[in-house]
Amino acid sequence: MGQTLAQKLVARAAGRAAVTPGEIVTCKVDLAMMHDSGGPRRVKPMLERLGAKVWDPSKVVVITDHYLPEADDDSRRIVRIARDWVREAGVHAFHDAQGICHVVLPERGHLRPGMFAVGGDSHSPTGGAFAAYMFGIGATEMLGVLVTGEIWLKVPHTIALEFCGRLAPGVAAKDLILFLLGRFGLDGGRYQAVEYRGEAIRALAMQERMTLCNMAAELGAQTGLIASDETTRQFLKLEDMQVWESDADATLLESHSFKADEIPPQVAAPHSPANARAASEFGTVKLDLAYIGACTGAKLEDLRMAAAVLKGKKAKTRLLVAPASLRDQQAAEKEGVMQALVDAGAEVLANSCGICAGYGAYLLPENCVAISSTARNFKGRMGAASSQVYLASPYTVAASAVAGRIEDPRGMLQ
Amino acid sequence: MRAWVFGDNLDTDVLAPGRYMKFGIEEIARHCLESVEPAFVREVRAGDVVVAGRNMGAGSSREQAPAALKHLGVAALVAESYAGLFYRNALNLGLPAVVCAQAAKIRNGDRLEVDAEGGKVKNLTTGETLACEPIPPHLMQMVRDGGLVPHLEKRLRHA
Repeated sequence: MGQTLAQKLVARAAGRAAVTPGEIVTCKVDLAMMHDSGGPRRVKPMLERLGAKVWDPSKVVVITDHYLPEADDDSRRIVRIARDWVREAGVHAFHDAQGICHVVLPERGHLRPGMFAVGGDSHSPTGGAFAAYMFGIGATEMLGVLVTGEIWLKVPHTIALEFCGRLAPGVAAKDLILFLLGRFGLDGGRYQAVEYRGEAIRALAMQERMTLCNMAAELGAQTGLIASDETTRQFLKLEDMQVWESDADATLLESHSFKADEIPPQVAAPHSPANARAASEFGTVKLDLAYIGACTGAKLEDLRMAAAVLKGKKAKTRLLVAPASLRDQQAAEKEGVMQALVDAGAEVLANSCGICAGYGAYLLPENCVAISSTARNFKGRMGAASSQVYLASPYTVAASAVAGRIEDPRGMLQ
Repeated sequence: MRAWVFGDNLDTDVLAPGRYMKFGIEEIARHCLESVEPAFVREVRAGDVVVAGRNMGAGSSREQAPAALKHLGVAALVAESYAGLFYRNALNLGLPAVVCAQAAKIRNGDRLEVDAEGGKVKNLTTGETLACEPIPPHLMQMVRDGGLVPHLEKRLRHA
């Protein structure tokens, strides 16, 4: 009997030839990623209490992205802890104010297909886009990893989500994942592995794949995976690369197939990403703010989508853009993408988690109605509990900014 | 032992709102669930139980979500199901979380006795006993030790 991609990745990390879904195994961790909010600030006092050291500093990556820009004394203190701790702990892979961890980690070449990795953040399944088994853990669990280099895991079943055909113009990975959330809900992933497959997935750019895997978290999966291929190899600039993929005869928990070309742009209404339906059904919602930000909504590919809509137009609502990483912002500047956004009226914010995570100086005020390219619209997450957040792709956020109300972007694409 | 009953997908943003995350757990706990049940923080007492529907703890990896409940004195969680990350976090903090398919039978304000190890919830108000999935044995020792940190402390002492 064949093995799924998830089984193969877990088996390798557990030092086994094969594993069975449902059994509990202990895996050796190849990479542990932390950010300033849940990372050193939380694990340092626990390490001190135990009198323990990091098992292997060469396997730890620390990225600051939450308390930036340092808006107050608390933020300065928290980021300072990260900066001091990496020196004390001997961690060399430290990316300070370079962008959001899930984007910076692969951008700086830390991920490889076949790896078993953990991240101190729920959107860590982003790494699954590179055929690495990566998932999010809390700070105490991270402490366990830092001390032992290991973590227990219930071997996941795999839910295969196949998209045949090609995405229609103006439709993006964000629309696919919102469509899936509308269909399966916040616990559709059942803390198992979801694997995205099919022609439409193979055709996606790497950063679009990252968006899909990132929001496996919203689907309630432990991770979201995509088999490695030529797109993976080119993004990681590898000479040669082992292909990691499921065997054709592997047993699946569920298998669902969709026609990608039939999926229209999606919007998720407040206060759940699972409240998704076609963007065209929301015509009467007037907006105060449009936000293009976050690891799942402001990478280079996302900024390009927004610019494709906004070029030569003006935003009617306030438009905030927080590019997900410094490198992506610089690449977008070279391509004229940033200029197109600024010309449309965008205010450009720092390369950090910002409003998406409810951090920083731009939180949504009372009763603010916003459309956002981010991952979650839970009540009060991005500011006041009375604010209303609609989630959508960068295309749809940009088109809605121009229209001043929620708008299907397909009529505005050049 | 009083039950505080919430619905499906009780998320980590309402348990531990992002705008308070820069503070310590005392301050975060003061705002726990304020956007859905403002009375909770005022009236919750040591030993109370938080009951929820499906996918309790959806959302973030922030363990301040279960930590805030623990800080407020919540002794156990009962839910139809949990978000996996939240479930791991709760147990790592030594907060017992039991899966109870019949959690919907519990009414807000009922008096409960939770037996995490034995896998049952006794409803003292109705006299009913609800069967639950016990906490897996490989985790129960850690929960008994009070969470992962004291558990590791013990392990390192014996090493």
